[in-house]
Amino acid sequence: MGKMTLDQINKMYPDVLTEIGNIGAGNATTAIANMLNLKINMSVPHVELMPVEQITGAIGSEDEVVVGIMLGVENDITGSMMFLMDLPSAHHLVNRLMMRDADYDKDFDEMDMSAIREIGNIIAGSYLSALSGLTNLKITPTVPYVAIDMAGAILSVPAIQFGMVGDNALMIKTEMGDDLDISGYYILMPEGDSYQKILKALGLPV
Amino acid sequence: MGEMIKVGMADLKVCRAPDNLTTIGLGSCIGIAVYDPVTKITGLAHIMLPDSTTIRNNSNIAKFADTGIKKLIDDMIKMGASKTRLRAKIAGGAKMFDMGNNSTMNVGDRNAAACRDMLKKLGIPLIAEDCGKNFGRTVELYSENGDFLIKAVGKTPYKI
Repeated sequence: MGKMTLDQINKMYPDVLTEIGNIGAGNATTAIANMLNLKINMSVPHVELMPVEQITGAIGSEDEVVVGIMLGVENDITGSMMFLMDLPSAHHLVNRLMMRDADYDKDFDEMDMSAIREIGNIIAGSYLSALSGLTNLKITPTVPYVAIDMAGAILSVPAIQFGMVGDNALMIKTEMGDDLDISGYYILMPEGDSYQKILKALGLPV
Repeated sequence: MGEMIKVGMADLKVCRAPDNLTTIGLGSCIGIAVYDPVTKITGLAHIMLPDSTTIRNNSNIAKFADTGIKKLIDDMIKMGASKTRLRAKIAGGAKMFDMGNNSTMNVGDRNAAACRDMLKKLGIPLIAEDCGKNFGRTVELYSENGDFLIKAVGKTPYKI
């Protein structure tokens, strides 16, 4: 089995990457909405393969402060995944979880940070269980890590990981409508031959 | 007042006073600032990875510490800078997520080490650096005096 790059896989099976993104992100967004009892209108996730150098500006201005949650992915496939949201979205979700007023926007304290990690756990867990159900592969997340910093700096992490193996990065954008719009971005960073394993599990020749 | 020229990720640019250079949101990447105090020609590179020779896909030379720094110096000399007068400062190489000893997470440290090595190899003195830790940095390089201003979220901007 030859080692295909993400770019080649995308050329051969563009719909597969989109579908993996859709199912995972859809599942994760529903899980968050259920947990927080949000009434949501979710848009169809938007999946984009973009040049690594552009990823740092992909979710807005590079110096905008955002919340990034990162987890490792283990077992049959390995790698990591990241979920990003802007500060208003993060405050909104944390306020819901902590049962506070919607307009509370003081800096996150230690309790808030652990709430964000929990949101990360739920998002990653449901995303990966969708992928696992689709492929019959055993896929588990590690504990989540949170960083609140400039978008450019946080996105340099996936940019570097993708940059090691190719020129493009895969990014999935979802939007949930509530009394406040929440935009979230997922980035999946499979390592080694994990993409091949996913394709093979789906019965596609690689 | 000159223009503030933006350098993207895996990108490098050279200018002379009164123009200045900036790159926004350095995470594990490194910003390499090089300055000639006489001609006031300056260069800024934003590299992502330490070594082009270990990566199959290495067509963009500005992406790597080894090839990027060499190109930056070459471009500055072409513009009229003198290699013997060049001075360098570096910033970035943060560990944005503290995920233990995962080697891909330590790429910031490896980037910083590769930049130090390459500058040494080219004989360019590294006179200041602000690398590592766990926060992102926006940098501005001033051609008039070589000041390298570092801005981070929740911190007062500081010069190195």
